Amino acid sequence: MKRTLSFGRALNLALEHALERDPNVFVFGLDVPDHKRIYGSTTGLVERFGAERCFGTPLSEEAMTGVAVGAALSGLRPVHVHIRTDFLLLAMNQVANMMSNLRYMSGGRVQVPLVIRAVIGRGWGQSAQHSKSLHGVFAHFPGLKVVLPSSPQDAYSLLRASIQDDNPVVFLEHRWLYDVEGEVDDAHEAPLGSCHVRRRGTSLTVLCTSWMNVEAMKAAEVLATRGVELEVVDIRTVAPLDEATIIESVRKTGYCLVADYDWAFCGFSAELAALVSHRCHGVLTQPVERLGFAHVPCPTTRPLENLFYPSALTIIRTVERMLGLPEADLNGESFYSHEQRFKGPF
Amino acid sequence: MLQTASNRSSRKSSPIVAAPWRDRAEALGLYRKLLLVRRAEEKIREEYGKDEMKTPVHLGIGQEAIPVGVCHVLPPASKTFGTYRNHALYLAVTQDTDRFFGELYGKVTGAGKGKAGSMHLAAPEHGLLATSAVVASTIPLAVGAALAAQYRGAQDVVASFFGDGAVEEGVFWESLNFACLRRLRILLVCEDNGLAIHAPASQRQGFRSIPEAVQGFQCHVASGDGSDLLEVMALTRHVIARMAEDPKPGVLHLTYCRFLEHVGPREDFDAGYRPRPNDAALAQRDPVGRFESALAGLGWTSQELAEVRRSVDEQIARSVQAAREAPFAPPAELLTDVFSETPGGA
Repeated sequence: MKRTLSFGRALNLALEHALERDPNVFVFGLDVPDHKRIYGSTTGLVERFGAERCFGTPLSEEAMTGVAVGAALSGLRPVHVHIRTDFLLLAMNQVANMMSNLRYMSGGRVQVPLVIRAVIGRGWGQSAQHSKSLHGVFAHFPGLKVVLPSSPQDAYSLLRASIQDDNPVVFLEHRWLYDVEGEVDDAHEAPLGSCHVRRRGTSLTVLCTSWMNVEAMKAAEVLATRGVELEVVDIRTVAPLDEATIIESVRKTGYCLVADYDWAFCGFSAELAALVSHRCHGVLTQPVERLGFAHVPCPTTRPLENLFYPSALTIIRTVERMLGLPEADLNGESFYSHEQRFKGPF
Repeated sequence: MLQTASNRSSRKSSPIVAAPWRDRAEALGLYRKLLLVRRAEEKIREEYGKDEMKTPVHLGIGQEAIPVGVCHVLPPASKTFGTYRNHALYLAVTQDTDRFFGELYGKVTGAGKGKAGSMHLAAPEHGLLATSAVVASTIPLAVGAALAAQYRGAQDVVASFFGDGAVEEGVFWESLNFACLRRLRILLVCEDNGLAIHAPASQRQGFRSIPEAVQGFQCHVASGDGSDLLEVMALTRHVIARMAEDPKPGVLHLTYCRFLEHVGPREDFDAGYRPRPNDAALAQRDPVGRFESALAGLGWTSQELAEVRRSVDEQIARSVQAAREAPFAPPAELLTDVFSETPGGA
């Protein structure tokens, strides 16, 4: 069935369908059944499936993550929700020492089918402890799958695929994407480990994670008016990584810009740059360029926050430099502003 | 000495029932399990100097009665979780020395094909789902397994084994809190040897005792001598009976003496951090000697006990021989068992 849904509602529908289809699935975490329902993504679940299958927890991130691991080892399929990925740092022992290792250490005799959903990124003055992405950190540990949907369709399809997967999956949802609307077909499947080429182009490949897809699509629209056709590749699963689609795209365009929603230093963007530099060495016209957060803790005040994050504007300027084009006059161009839509508080 | 307490009930604890087994066969089986652990550990001490077992070993001489006694009382294949000092637990639930020594020798015949080593032994087919080298990390997993049992309406009791140092970890309290909140059927078994590596409890704990510290939680608490197999079994039965009457977690606090160094095959009473107990005190802390005395008191002959010992030693010698002759994992095994490739559910 096809319908137009917001990203948040698509997540909600994926949970609803997973809970409907498999009695082993349950959804839990701080704030999950409260009146705000994790920005609406858990709306209606406790009413329909009961408090056994949808419940809140004490403020005990490590233990509750361990509880998910223990339940998964026992054959259930927990979905553990965090309203901010920063809180997951309290549970890193369970993430990096336990869930990612248990299958290997058992010689393949146990499996840990669980999903950790966490909201990432920029909201409204979120500052340094409510704004991280951490996908590179999670993907660094063998044994974890890491997913970053950037469209309502992928929010639905990738969350269904993550819950169906027999491995631990970290599923990272950008706060600003929650309001994005798009068509969702609940029969459409998006396997983990596949990139999605969001826009075809021949001039330059932009490899994007999460919200950077939105910024890159805007940049592509502006640059198209000057005859520059960006190819926008959505790296929607960081682990496992679909190297083939990335390499094929860069071999076609000869240019590669990585626009990652994270710090650049020691980040996932360096992994992509290394991959492309190695596998596309002979065809690259320019060195791979990277865009990411400024290497400082995230500031709160809007003018500094605007400088902290990469954007459509910084993508356009970087592409111009790479292609040897003069800077276009962008006065009068309207870029995304969350402030125009949202007035807080969270 | 038996002390029991519950914050919910002020009634006196019921006297411990005298007959700990149905017949001689059960008593024999129990002695065999206890001796299997002891003799396996002694075999490791003998062989370790050859440097063929390339894995850090945390031997459990002195600890044996706790996992043997608790697991003997629990129904077979009950879910259990343990620590890096897990040899006694592994052997108590499996009585399998082939995979045990296979793993210690790093061979493909081991419990984890040589990927686990001594500190991460697991036997999922016997309910031992995970052990961990990071203190307290499996406690929330056990809570998750107990939650899974409650989710399915099962009456299973899950047992979580941990040391006294684990009580200093935040995740212990987080796990205890959630287990009590949800009235889960979990038996939290504290194997208290009074040491965290080399630091005595007096240098680590700002509370009077572990049983007193957990008194404020909604759980059944019992404490006793973990060197006495009969007392361990009696206390386990007692707490499980209380859990059946009044569904709440059980905390079983059992003291024992770690006869050897924290890690490695040697005695270290000469290291200066603890005095060597006199011979009488050591004998009082020797679970095997005490159980043999108890059996002798019940009319067992030394010949009967020697026969068990012969059979145990034969089993161990066969397993060690097989482990030494077994192959290491082939190179391709390096990259297997990271992810489950099964299609999953939901």
